[in-house]
Amino acid sequence: MEKETKKKKIKKEKETKKEITKEIKRETKKKETKEEVKIEKKKRQIVAPGEVIATGTQFLPGENTRREDKDILATRFGLLEKSEKLIKVIPLSGVYIPRVGNTVIGQVFDISFNGWMVNILAPSSAFLTLAECSGYINKNDLAEHYNFGDNIVTKIKSIKSKGIDLTMKERGLRKLEGGMIISINPTRVPRIIGRAGSMVNTIKGETGCSITVGQNGIIWIKGTSVEDELLAKKAIELITKKPFIEGLTNKIKEFLIKEKKK
Amino acid sequence: MTYKRPDKREYDEMRKIEAKVGIIKRADGSALFSFGNSKAIVAVYGPRKLYPQHLQNPQKCLLRCYYDLASFSVAERKRPGPSRRSTEISYVTANALKPVIDLEAFPGSVIDVYILIIQADASTRCAGINAASMALAHAGIPMKELVTSVSIGKIGDAIVADLAKEEEDYTIKKDGKEMKAATDIPFAFLSRSEKISLMQLDGKISYDDLKKAIKLARKTSKKIVEIQEQALKKVKEDKT
Repeated sequence: MEKETKKKKIKKEKETKKEITKEIKRETKKKETKEEVKIEKKKRQIVAPGEVIATGTQFLPGENTRREDKDILATRFGLLEKSEKLIKVIPLSGVYIPRVGNTVIGQVFDISFNGWMVNILAPSSAFLTLAECSGYINKNDLAEHYNFGDNIVTKIKSIKSKGIDLTMKERGLRKLEGGMIISINPTRVPRIIGRAGSMVNTIKGETGCSITVGQNGIIWIKGTSVEDELLAKKAIELITKKPFIEGLTNKIKEFLIKEKKK
Repeated sequence: MTYKRPDKREYDEMRKIEAKVGIIKRADGSALFSFGNSKAIVAVYGPRKLYPQHLQNPQKCLLRCYYDLASFSVAERKRPGPSRRSTEISYVTANALKPVIDLEAFPGSVIDVYILIIQADASTRCAGINAASMALAHAGIPMKELVTSVSIGKIGDAIVADLAKEEEDYTIKKDGKEMKAATDIPFAFLSRSEKISLMQLDGKISYDDLKKAIKLARKTSKKIVEIQEQALKKVKEDKT
C-alpha cells in the first residue's frame, strides 16, 4: 500500500510540474504575441509636423521627414512607418501631389491649337500635346479626338515649373466611354489597389465590373448593369472609410458576397 | 496692490482650451480651437491652381489668409464683411504661418486659409493662428513645425497669460479719471525652434516687463503645442 501511495504521489508531482511548465510556456507565448502587437501598433502611430520621431543615426530619413542634427522630424501629418533602417510618414489627408510616371484620370476642359488641357485635380495645370497621342488626328478639329468633358486615362510624362506634361503613348491609356466616375481622397489609393492589385482584383471579380484607378483619386467603374457599378462603388467607399484594418481584402470579399445575395 | 483675475485664474493659467481637427468635411483640412469663450474655426483649401494668372508666382506658392468675425460673435452686431482690423489680422496671421510652410514645393499655386471667429472674447487672433496651424497640418501640407500662439497681458502690475475681454478693458482710477491700465501682447511661436513669428503690442510696457512677458509666453505656448498635437492624433481615420 505504502509503495502505491508513494508512486501516486510521484505521479502527481510530475503532473503538477508538467502543468507548471506548460503554464510558463503559455505565458511566455502570450508575452511574445503581446510584444509583437505592441510593435505593430507603434508602426501605426499618427505624427504631427515638427514631432521628433527618432533620434540617433541608425535610421535614415525617408519620405515626409527631415533630419535636424541628431533627430529625425516629421514634416507632414500622417502615419509613421519604420522599416529596418528607413523611416517615413504616410500622409493621411491632403490633395493629390503629382509624380512622374503616375497613371491618372482627368477631364478635358480646354482645347488649344496643339493639344488639350486636362484637369487632373493637381495643384498645377496639365497639358497633353498632339505629339504625345498615337494614331491619326485631324489637326483642324482636335475636338473630334478628345472633346470638352471627355474623361481620359493618361500618364504623367514630366513635371516642370510651368506645369505637368501628359502622354497617351502607352498601353492602357485611352478615352473612357460610359461607366461611372467617382473620386476619393488620393491618400487612400494604395489601399484601393491593395498589395499587387489584390483589392481591386477582388472587387472586379465579385462585381464583374472593369475598374480603372487613377493615382489622383479618380476611379472609373464600368459594369454590365448599374447595380454592379453601384455595388463596386459601395465597396470602394467602405475601404475609404476603414482604411487601416487588418485583413481588409477578405472583409471586402465577404461584404460583396453578402450584398450580392440580397 | 495685487491684481486678482475676474475668473479666479492663476497668472500663468490659460482659459479652458478645446481643440478639434476635421470639423469641416468638404475642406482639405479643418480645425477648431478655443480659449474659453473665444472660438475659431478654420478651413484650409489647397494647394490648388491660382487664378487670376497674374497673381501666380512661378517660384512659390501663395498663402492667403482670410480672418473674419462672424456678425453674431460679439455682443453688439458686427457689420459683416472685411474691415480695417480684419484685413490687418489676416496679413499678420499669414506672416506668422509662412515660416513653417514649404512654399517652394508648389510653385504657381495657392493655399487658402479661412479663419472664422464664431465667438469672440479677446485673444481671437491667437485662437485663429492655433486653429490655422492645425488645419494646415490636417490638410497634409508639408510643414517644418506647428505654430502656436498665446496672448500675454500686463494688467496693473501683473503679467498674465491669455487675456479675456474683461481683463483687456481693465481700468484704474487716477486723479478721479478712468485710465486704461491693460496691455495686450499677442505672440506666436514656432513649436520646435521656439522662434517668434508674431509679436504685437497694444498698450505700454517697460523693457523688463516685456522680457518677463516673452518668458511667460514661451512657457504657456509649450502647453498649447501638446494640446494641438494631441488633437491631431485623435483625428478619425474615416475622413474620405
